[in-house]
Amino acid sequence: MDKNISFTLKVWRQNGPKDKGHFDTFQMKDIPGDTSFLEMLDILNEQLVEGGKEPVVFDHDCREGICGMCSLYINGHPHGPATGATTCQIYMRRFKDGDVITVEPWRSAGFPVIKDLMVDRTAYDKIMQAGGFVSVRTGAPQDANAILIPKPIADEAMDAASCIGCGACVAACKNGSAMLFVSAKVSQLNLLPQGKPEALRRAKAMLSKMDELGFGNCTNTRACEAECPKCVSISNIARLNRDFIKAKLKD
Amino acid sequence: MTKIIDSKIPEGPIAEKWTNYKAHQKLVNPANKRRLDIIVVGTGLAGASAAASLGEMGFRVFNFCIQDSPRRAHSIAAQGGINAAKNYQNDGDSVYRLFYDTVKGGDYRAREANVYRLAEVSNNIIDQCVAQGVPFAREYGGTLANRSFGGAQVSRTFYAKGQTGQQLLLGAYSALSRQVGAGTVKLYTRYEMEDVVIVDGRARGIIAKNLVTGKLERFAAHAVVIATGGYGNAYFLSTNAMACNCTAAMACYRKGAWFANPAYVQIHPTCIPVHGDKQSKLTLMSESLRNDGRIWVPKKIEDAKALQAGTKKGSDIPEEDRDYYLERRYPAFGNLVPRDVASRAAKERCDKGFGVNNTGLAVFLDFSESIERLGIDVVRQRYGNLFDMYEEITDVNPGQLANEIKGVKYYNPMMIYPAIHYTMGGIWVDYELQTSIKGLFAIGECNFSDHGANRLGASALMQGLADGYFVLPYTIQNYLADQITVPRFSTDLPEFAAAEKAVQDKIDHLMNIKGKKSVDSIHKELGHVMWEYVGMGRTAEGLKTGLAKLKEIRKEFETQLFIPGSKEGMNVELDKAIRLQDFITMGELIAYDALNRNESCGGHFREEYQTEEGEAKRDDQNFFYVACWEYQGSDEKAPTLLKEPLVYEAIKVQTRNYKS
Repeated sequence: MDKNISFTLKVWRQNGPKDKGHFDTFQMKDIPGDTSFLEMLDILNEQLVEGGKEPVVFDHDCREGICGMCSLYINGHPHGPATGATTCQIYMRRFKDGDVITVEPWRSAGFPVIKDLMVDRTAYDKIMQAGGFVSVRTGAPQDANAILIPKPIADEAMDAASCIGCGACVAACKNGSAMLFVSAKVSQLNLLPQGKPEALRRAKAMLSKMDELGFGNCTNTRACEAECPKCVSISNIARLNRDFIKAKLKD
Repeated sequence: MTKIIDSKIPEGPIAEKWTNYKAHQKLVNPANKRRLDIIVVGTGLAGASAAASLGEMGFRVFNFCIQDSPRRAHSIAAQGGINAAKNYQNDGDSVYRLFYDTVKGGDYRAREANVYRLAEVSNNIIDQCVAQGVPFAREYGGTLANRSFGGAQVSRTFYAKGQTGQQLLLGAYSALSRQVGAGTVKLYTRYEMEDVVIVDGRARGIIAKNLVTGKLERFAAHAVVIATGGYGNAYFLSTNAMACNCTAAMACYRKGAWFANPAYVQIHPTCIPVHGDKQSKLTLMSESLRNDGRIWVPKKIEDAKALQAGTKKGSDIPEEDRDYYLERRYPAFGNLVPRDVASRAAKERCDKGFGVNNTGLAVFLDFSESIERLGIDVVRQRYGNLFDMYEEITDVNPGQLANEIKGVKYYNPMMIYPAIHYTMGGIWVDYELQTSIKGLFAIGECNFSDHGANRLGASALMQGLADGYFVLPYTIQNYLADQITVPRFSTDLPEFAAAEKAVQDKIDHLMNIKGKKSVDSIHKELGHVMWEYVGMGRTAEGLKTGLAKLKEIRKEFETQLFIPGSKEGMNVELDKAIRLQDFITMGELIAYDALNRNESCGGHFREEYQTEEGEAKRDDQNFFYVACWEYQGSDEKAPTLLKEPLVYEAIKVQTRNYKS
């Protein structure tokens, strides 16, 4: 059975994008090990509300690691200490009695803070709108099995497509680059026959939009891959770069 | 009864109804489409696919979601797959068989014509998604792969690892993004619909709260489409996401849209059991696990007691002392019986004392046999991500060898228990997916029509996309064709001002209660009452007690609620409070319907109505109808019942049988 732990929690508070922001410190007592990290924040918020204070605002929704809503640095790591897991999938048994746990919002020019730990990630939607699709109308396309796709290609596309759009790659990157996110979507579509006709245009359009929105460029530090909760590989970035160069050469 | 319910089912044999409808419906020409505005609330599978399709057709679309991006909608969490009648496996599947299985799975309480149409367009969905680049699982030859799901004897489920919902939603989201980029759809993220605005008897707009600024805003359109999901969070603990709510649906209900079959709530058999009182949600383990996992409890009560006391582990109990109760009771379908049947069977065993964890509310899902048969690598390939997820939450690795008794290897079993998962009931709609309010449509989980009293696995994704891509874009034109001469509306109309003021008054009222209890603490109490009295096993007496307790909870909410902060700016506690108020009303609605329906069918099980073997006992003589509830002007008043009689032409109504 899991033991209960007590620890110090330092949480970033910021009342809007223009506010300077500060850390609030809380003493958390007797938290069961099978509590999820976000449930631990629920406990904190319940205590704050009971004391008449405003709760800590943070993004969260599905709490099963798939919606991509949760977005916290825990002790400096996007999504905390585990590999291949989102913040909502971290359980308190990973921490020790007496720990100091620091919680911050994503810090990147592309993701301004809305309040406390909640940031604005609409830039990702805008990058998608620039080219993250196959231009096909709703209607009656050909039979699904008319397009044969070798299993290894389908699997590779699926691995790239597993990106949840959480923003951890940008948060982990010293340049604030969204290359892993962009390359995951470009790879998924450009690998598949359905995405080939627009492949080069897609790579160029999504990258230009990324630049325009103030994200930095990639210098191959691989921090994004290390922190990605879905273990999306940076080989996708290499593929994106190839397609981008091909597109440029054609200009 | 004075009101006659017209479900507008087209004439003709069942297989020709939809074709006939499409051939004769009214259309809107391209120049007029540009002049017509449509509001779509929600960006899940139904909402995103509808907004994308309508935008692409040339309508001006306003699309709203409560999250920061359309891609977060809870459709994303669906794991297992999506059904379609492709018959790629050559195992005897057909549109008729998918239709039949869905009607039977729904315990003969769905609307026949709607279900046939659903089965008919199921194949188009797969074609559409593949064309969009959805990376479905494939065979080495390059063709699409399939797996089996509960309630079917064929393999018709298409999947993308254990993330099918995610991939389908991202497909719809990409189509939506394309339209946003093209300027046909305008997106409003972090907006929550608080009310629908009715002008001269037609839905003409919504009042939405900007969740960042806290301000109420008005939006007008020629038609309003609700795609806001189900009401499972009325039970507090469910597999739904934290923000899933029924506020938009309740707003429509209060404005006169009938609410149909609220008692049909699906309880999913394979969820990780409840552990402590701080838990915020329940995690689903995909139904696909039942392809290779075997469900059991001990045969001997002393073994169960030892498991509950923690002195024995599942792997200590040898094969001959295990009761694979689903295989025993339902030899023909075994572990792949429909969800309602599997959930009730688990409850039955646990009620008899055979539960396997410290609360006595859990059964085992065991992979020992399949790991021995297929090898751990194959099993991990199929379910690796689910095994990892299970281990992170429970600290137990289900793929790990734990014991060997008399030469038989036993691996750690998973523990599972049923949990609230999906709601088959919803806003009443006719064949055109239009509610009882003109110009107001409901699609996806938030309507009621296709799943009857129980939904089969892998059918929710199918219905969401069928409604959004292939049904609503046609049927809404039949309505809008009459609206082409209606100019765009001004949000200065008195109807908009009145609706906004009503929402503002409600917010002011909630802020001013200034009691001592947090939203979550009251929501938890609501959840306990709902699970205890309106849950898996219902009785008339229990439901009456439940209704009385719900009244107490409403009173507590009205007098004890405390919301910190102010109504200006972002206030998540205020937003949760508004949702909770609607969950309480929803809870009462479920209880009223459950009390009225003196029979057991699908997800609705009344303990008074069961066979000697403990199976659900329907009463087709008296309850072969859709129960539509009409609001009576106040949340305090009981709603009035209207009945839509069910008419079955193609299928013979009979007792569900999964035994032989």
